[in-house]
Amino acid sequence: MRVVIAEDHALLRDGLTRLLQAFDFDVVAAVDNGPALLPALITHRPQVAIIDVRLPPTFTDEGLQAAIAARAQMPGLPVLMLSQHVEPMYAHELLSAPNGGVGYLLKDRISDVEEFVDAVRRVAGGGTAMDPEVISQLLVRREPLAVLTSREREVLGVMAEGRSNAAIAAKLRITEKAVSKHINNILTKLDMPPSDDDNRRVLAVLAYLDA
Amino acid sequence: MSEARVRLLRWVIRGVRSVVGGLAAMGLAFTNLPLLAASVVALALAPVPFLGLALAPWTMTLVRMRADLERRRASRIGVLVTRPYHPAPEGAMAGGWKRFRWIVTDPATWRDLAWLLPGAIISFGLGLVTVLVPLYGLAGLTLAPLWIWLGTGWYGYGALWSIDSFSEGLLCVPKGAVILAIGLWIGPWLRRVDALFARLLLAPTTAAGLRLRVTQLTITRADTVDAQAAELRRIERDLHDGVQARLVSLRMVIGLADTLIDHNPAQAHKLLAEARASSGAALVELRHLVRGIHPPVLAERGLAGAVRALALSLPVPITVDVDLPGRLDTPVESAAYFAVAEALTNMVRHSHAHTGSVSARHSEGTLTMMVTDDGAGGADPAAGTGLRGIERRLAAFDGRMALSSPAGGPTVITMELPCALSSPRITPSSATD
Repeated sequence: MRVVIAEDHALLRDGLTRLLQAFDFDVVAAVDNGPALLPALITHRPQVAIIDVRLPPTFTDEGLQAAIAARAQMPGLPVLMLSQHVEPMYAHELLSAPNGGVGYLLKDRISDVEEFVDAVRRVAGGGTAMDPEVISQLLVRREPLAVLTSREREVLGVMAEGRSNAAIAAKLRITEKAVSKHINNILTKLDMPPSDDDNRRVLAVLAYLDA
Repeated sequence: MSEARVRLLRWVIRGVRSVVGGLAAMGLAFTNLPLLAASVVALALAPVPFLGLALAPWTMTLVRMRADLERRRASRIGVLVTRPYHPAPEGAMAGGWKRFRWIVTDPATWRDLAWLLPGAIISFGLGLVTVLVPLYGLAGLTLAPLWIWLGTGWYGYGALWSIDSFSEGLLCVPKGAVILAIGLWIGPWLRRVDALFARLLLAPTTAAGLRLRVTQLTITRADTVDAQAAELRRIERDLHDGVQARLVSLRMVIGLADTLIDHNPAQAHKLLAEARASSGAALVELRHLVRGIHPPVLAERGLAGAVRALALSLPVPITVDVDLPGRLDTPVESAAYFAVAEALTNMVRHSHAHTGSVSARHSEGTLTMMVTDDGAGGADPAAGTGLRGIERRLAAFDGRMALSSPAGGPTVITMELPCALSSPRITPSSATD
């Protein structure tokens, strides 16, 4: 699977490259600054791009801007953003072009190698990978969630990260059948039309949380 | 209501308000005379033992109260008059020589006294005109026709003095209206002239103004230095007790795992898992620390973005209306952000508000920020350290905070920061150029 990486920190860039290669990804380009990113994406047309939010030369949100621009030019380009800190606002901006896989993770998560690779694969496959921290920050301010039971809230949190029913079941140590029952209840209580598509399901949840 | 009618209504309210102000000015003018007399007597009695030293400061306090009232009145109609007095020296007891000398050597004392008589005359005179002209207009508009109707031929009004016929009486109405309009029109101007005269003597002289400024700068500088030092101490402590300690224990655990790895791999694996968890916790701590020093989103998106992001993270829904055409200087931006953050934190903690809002505008070299909520009100800067902290942060940049928080709400915190706005940030193009 072809990957383009944008990360200014040399150690992290090499580490990411090696990690992905170990899992049979094909790292076709690894850039270290914002201006070089878009051309690299256009030339290589990767199946997933892994981009640091903060890149030279401005060291602001250069990477995020480039990602949004790239998705505007190449609709459906799967993008996984990495950052030292997570900001629900940035997640929201990324999701504003709803086609294709999107992820937004803390850099810390890379150290959980298997979960990280799973997230990359999920994004490449058109799914979503939202950092639990983003989700928990969004959950903080939602009073209407009071209608949910605590178990349903747990399920909602993991679902909003972008996990499939099987992954939710594994994480919460319940059966898949119980998960789908909970999800049906959640979607009914929050007045959202049920949907089979994982990505659309997450988008609906995030839209609700962010409303 | 149409625009024109709103403007007419405002104009009338302004006029009526100036008439009320004129009336008050006339009344207040009368208090100047006894104050002047008392001051003269008090100063004349200064050589009298015991009594003299106490009396002068006491009467001057009354005079200052009167002058302060006039300063407030002037400031309210847009003529800003600052208090010019020397701050009281330490250890100045009532009746003591130090206190007496403080009062007598302050040039502002003598300028206050010099203002009392002319101030009274001007205030009274201008007040009289402000009140009488519209009153006369009103008389023409309403009373003259009434008298004609009652059949009295003796009443005179306006240019045609005596009213002999019914038609002449009717002419009083337009004349009255014109005079009333003129009265309402000149009222605000007369109030302004009155205030400007008060400022002539009640505002600080250039020297006094500079002295006040130096005092204020000394205080704010000391506060700023203190706050900076406290902040550095906090960061040092957080690093030392938090992240540094964690890294030390991390090294120990890894070292231990290293020695165990050959003959007890299971234990070594456990230790390594522990090490990973510990490094994760260190990262979380570092992240919080960085956010406290300078939130990344502030660096990346400036004030508007950072406030929007902050609002998203609060449990109370906050409307954000921040629209700045450019970026602020980094230190000012940081002060503005933390002031807003402090205000919002206060609100979430204490106000029991259901909704809040933040707005910020930049015009004429001043950034004005407003944080409001629909909570219980009753916020008091003297009670909490939060509001004081905001004042201190803003004061370092000559900024100010005003708080309106009646019991029962709503609470409105207005913050002003004089600052320049840099040209709009140009997002560097990431395209092929």
